[in-house]
Amino acid sequence: MSDFFSRVMEIKREGNLEELGRVIPYASFIKIGYERDGEGLIVVLNKSEDNVGNSHLLALHGGVVGALLEQAGIMQVIWECELTRFPKIINLSVDYLRPSLGARDTRARASLIKQGRSVTNVRVTAWQSDPDKLVAAANMHLLMR
Amino acid sequence: MPKDEKTLYPLDGFKGVIETLPHCKLLGIRFSKVSRGSCEAYIEYGDHLAGDPESGIIHGGVITTLMDTLGGGCVFSLVQQGQSAATLDLRIDYLKPAITKERINGFAECYKLTQNIAFVRGYAFNRDREKPIAHCAATFVIGSVGFSPTVPKGSTG
Repeated sequence: MSDFFSRVMEIKREGNLEELGRVIPYASFIKIGYERDGEGLIVVLNKSEDNVGNSHLLALHGGVVGALLEQAGIMQVIWECELTRFPKIINLSVDYLRPSLGARDTRARASLIKQGRSVTNVRVTAWQSDPDKLVAAANMHLLMR
Repeated sequence: MPKDEKTLYPLDGFKGVIETLPHCKLLGIRFSKVSRGSCEAYIEYGDHLAGDPESGIIHGGVITTLMDTLGGGCVFSLVQQGQSAATLDLRIDYLKPAITKERINGFAECYKLTQNIAFVRGYAFNRDREKPIAHCAATFVIGSVGFSPTVPKGSTG
């Protein structure tokens, strides 16, 4: 078992979302943080001009939105499942539904559609100011063994 | 494939515009080859791009960003000046782990262009393009909404 995996499992046991926001270099680099509400874990891409990929609409780069959805999917599996190692992403399919503005926070929530022994299917949705107006959605598969 | 070169985005021009977009600049995305219908670009490895700080393996989001950028580049190489493109969907298959602490290269091509939609495919690799680390398929909507890489007046390209 890797030290990093053990560290993440420790953070999970403690429920330390602030620390979780610090341990994954790329996620903290693009300003991803974590919140919790009554329904579960929310992954937040904090507003940042550095994440803009469309200088006309000042919209987020599609790749960053994809990264948020991917991170939300992995974290949901880590949070919900009993693991002995990190799950591996097999694939990710992102639908871009509306432009997402760099000047607003983007939130993502994931749910496990089917948890199998070898593969887990995860659905992720993301929104900005209105949770009913999704800016992006994704489906992903993770290898559990 | 080229229509009238004069009505298309100048290849050198839009490449520079895309590279200087805030997030492309942040990741240091550089185009190494741009032609009508296909592009190549890369991102140098940095520890801040790791998904796992222990192994140094790059986060999938970096590959997604490289592929989305390349897809946009392919579309802009083919559409008329003034037209914009927005990603409609993008699928990534992770074929094998990236080599740790190495540059990520990407290639993408637009294999079908209609009036409204561009169909793109591509792959990412470390040293050997015959052994890709990820494969990507994406579609882009062409139109008036979205980003268009208008080159500032007076610049070359």
